[in-house]
Amino acid sequence: MSYEILGVWVAAFFTLCIFSFLYRDNFFYKLAEHIFVGISAGYGVALQIENVLKPNLLKPLFQEGKMILIIPFILSALLFSRLYSKISWLSRWALALLIGIFSGAAIIGFGSGDLVLQINANLLPLKTNSFLTTFNNFILTFGLITCLLYFFFSKEHKGGFGFIARIGIYFLMISFGASFGYTVMSRMSLLIGRVYFIFGQWLGIIQ
Amino acid sequence: MQKFFEFISQLDRRIIFIFVALAIILPLIFPLNIKFTVTEPVRGFYDAIEKVPNGSKVLFACDFEPGSLPELYPMTYAALEQMLKKDLKIIALSLWPAGPPLAEKALTDMAQNEFKKTYGVDYVNLGFKEGREVVMVSMGSSIPNTFPQDYRGTKVSQIPIMQGVNNFKDVKLIVNISAGYPGTKEWVQQVQARYNIGLVSGCTAVSAPEYYPYYQSKQLLGLLGGMKGAAEYEILVNRIGLGRRGMDAQSMAHVIIFLFIVLGNLAYLSLKKKGT
Amino acid sequence: MRKEVPLIITFLAGTFFIADYFIPHTGFSNIAAMVNGWAIIVIAASYILGVLNILRINYGRVAKREKDWILKLILVVCMFFMLGAGIFGGITEGTLFDWFFVNTFTPMQATMFALLAFFIASAAFRAFRVRTVQAALLAITAVLVMIGRVPIGESIWKDFPSFTEWIMNVPQLAGKRAILIGAALGAIATGLKVITGLERTYMGQD
Repeated sequence: MSYEILGVWVAAFFTLCIFSFLYRDNFFYKLAEHIFVGISAGYGVALQIENVLKPNLLKPLFQEGKMILIIPFILSALLFSRLYSKISWLSRWALALLIGIFSGAAIIGFGSGDLVLQINANLLPLKTNSFLTTFNNFILTFGLITCLLYFFFSKEHKGGFGFIARIGIYFLMISFGASFGYTVMSRMSLLIGRVYFIFGQWLGIIQ
Repeated sequence: MQKFFEFISQLDRRIIFIFVALAIILPLIFPLNIKFTVTEPVRGFYDAIEKVPNGSKVLFACDFEPGSLPELYPMTYAALEQMLKKDLKIIALSLWPAGPPLAEKALTDMAQNEFKKTYGVDYVNLGFKEGREVVMVSMGSSIPNTFPQDYRGTKVSQIPIMQGVNNFKDVKLIVNISAGYPGTKEWVQQVQARYNIGLVSGCTAVSAPEYYPYYQSKQLLGLLGGMKGAAEYEILVNRIGLGRRGMDAQSMAHVIIFLFIVLGNLAYLSLKKKGT
Repeated sequence: MRKEVPLIITFLAGTFFIADYFIPHTGFSNIAAMVNGWAIIVIAASYILGVLNILRINYGRVAKREKDWILKLILVVCMFFMLGAGIFGGITEGTLFDWFFVNTFTPMQATMFALLAFFIASAAFRAFRVRTVQAALLAITAVLVMIGRVPIGESIWKDFPSFTEWIMNVPQLAGKRAILIGAALGAIATGLKVITGLERTYMGQD
């Protein structure tokens, strides 16, 4: 039996083990779940070592002599102090670097990519030569303003302001409805993939 | 009728599971071949790649894992087909740990086996780097410093396709296949907005609605949403993959869900009227 | 030392990252790139910490012979097997590591996500109730998008896909853009609070 055929049978076995959960929780599902967690943890670490730590740290530091990399080496080592409660505070130094960088990335990314450019994209002409374009631009502008006003919770949603905020909720409901429709599409696609494997690759019923 | 709705309201969920399973299995075994047309965001994706001059270098970011394969693998294969037909040089990488072997398999199947391209000359798989947005910004400074070796362990300085590739200015387009975070949103925020480079996205259907603002603002030149997006793209590329084959099952599954929603609400209204 | 040094590191790292966006000077960009490279290494090292944590949790359960201890033992054995296969046998195509990735990890993860299809159908049947005008609007939009986005919608009405695209490009987009802008403002505010040290929950307790 070739490794490929063995692989298909192993994959089919684990697929059916996971699907058995639909009937009820059972030993085969738990077995597959634990094997999956173990294999994914081992996979993740092996990949980090082979794809990140070896080429970006260990080789340049110990083989090429780039001594500046002693800093991330020490910071990485400090992370492991979390395992010992008396010195776990040392791990904060490494975490602080990551938190600082990711906070900076969030400010730049959201500021330039989302805030400025998205507001710019919604500054649309409300009078054009095409009725449909004018109508669409009006809906986009009106919809955005009413939704943003709904998110303004510093003022009570009463009277005229409350009426506009309620229109904002309707636009948000349309957004959430569209998201739900697409979510259903996504989940069904994932099942189609597995069914295609079972009836196609494994059982050979689908050509 | 009342008894029927009472029975429906207490239906075992495993009966629902059986209906969903049949709605998907039967159309796959007995295809209905329902026709469909291509929408504008998908055409935008196709046109953006078509406009890249033949022989240029493109960045192919495979940011996905096995959980999203049925939606994203068909568009990965179709995108590779279009790019390889134009003899584009593909620099693949991944920001998801499970991405590199999936990208490697797709590249082997399409570039090596189907189009007889040479690894290292026509395409390369740089592998994975942890760090999400930080990796993207780091690549903006230097791709070789961020990825000193490829997925197979070869030094990037020794790979022919990587000669002259220092940062994003040296690639003509970024093709991103994205399953979530990190993915299209981060590529738009950290790379497209910063370096003003062309970006197209193929994503899961769950993420697609939130990327429509980026498509409208032209931060994304094209958008493939889920398996339907992959199916439409396969029409443009003239390829029959899982995308097109799965559409009948997708249609029937959606009809079943629609019927369940209607049935559930009818039962609810009927029992509410009765005062149960 | 315990709180002050991390706050200073956070402030310097964040400010440096932001300044790099505005300062085009090559020397400054090179230093910023170097610090970014350090962050990539530290995050990768945290995965090893995660594995040690898994070991710590499961070792206790196996040693005390708690419920399902055999399954915990299998979990640890599989983890070390995969780690060893990757480090000693390589991770590229054709290796034992890759075989297990393709034939165990991939189908199991794909199937776990596929289960969601059944649960979303069950949830739609049991919990999707049109009780208010807002809920009705949500339901109608969901149904229109669900049917319009698949081929059967086009066979019912040939302009259904165009109508669905209009929903996605106009009213849906307005709502999503508002959420994007609101989230962007929130993310910027939170980022500034973290960098300036007003937000310190990431440091944990003493």
